[in-house]
Amino acid sequence: MDIKVNVRESEGDAYVVDLTGEIDVYTSPKVKDAITELIDQEHYNLVINLEKVRYIDSTGLGVLIGGLKRVREHGGSVNLVCTNPQIKKIFDITGLVKIFGIFDDEQSAMKALV
Amino acid sequence: MNPALLEVSSHGTVELKIPGRAEWVAVARLAVAAVASRLRFSVDEIEDIKLAIAEACTNSIQSAGGADSGTIEIVCDALDEELRVTVRDRSAGLHLEWVKPGGLDEGRTEELGVFLIRALMDTVEYTSEPRRGTELVMTKRVSA
Repeated sequence: MDIKVNVRESEGDAYVVDLTGEIDVYTSPKVKDAITELIDQEHYNLVINLEKVRYIDSTGLGVLIGGLKRVREHGGSVNLVCTNPQIKKIFDITGLVKIFGIFDDEQSAMKALV
Repeated sequence: MNPALLEVSSHGTVELKIPGRAEWVAVARLAVAAVASRLRFSVDEIEDIKLAIAEACTNSIQSAGGADSGTIEIVCDALDEELRVTVRDRSAGLHLEWVKPGGLDEGRTEELGVFLIRALMDTVEYTSEPRRGTELVMTKRVSA
């Protein structure tokens, strides 16, 4: 089990973080490192693509929340791309749907950043 | 062939011990999912069980402050219409202060795991005693 993290520049100052695999207590530090590095480089508008994520637990959610908090301090935003019903359900029951923008495709998530 | 031989009982107990380290949590959740699949759980319900067990193991590891938390013992009792999972460890105690139902705010990430366990399983009970460790018992019933 592993997580693959790919970071790419998109429109404007926005960056996309593509995640593939499972995000849990073992793999979430890798995701955190990628997001932290982007924020440290003063990139505050992020789209995190969870389309290829099969599983996420509370440590993964914590990493996303931590990233969101940091970018908001700089007027930025984190939008998520998520189509997996099970993962959407986790965001729903934890109430995180209220604090993240969650979209079905990258284009919509990117458009909502600005 | 005797038809009776084709009747496979779902009843049974499976015990698993994993090292209390992050890289072993996936083994626990996959093993419990395999047991759950012996009952008539839906795919979604099995995903719920996997996540709840992983959260219990993660909580155990985190309660050790990132150090090796020793051994985590997981016992799965497959009953008629219910799976009971017991997670035991030797930690000083899980951080199981229950959070209010109805959602979490973004400032309370440490409670997410506990919140998820309670939301995804039908019953959750725990006991924690200093020096003796913690036991968390969760059940999930097969939906009608």
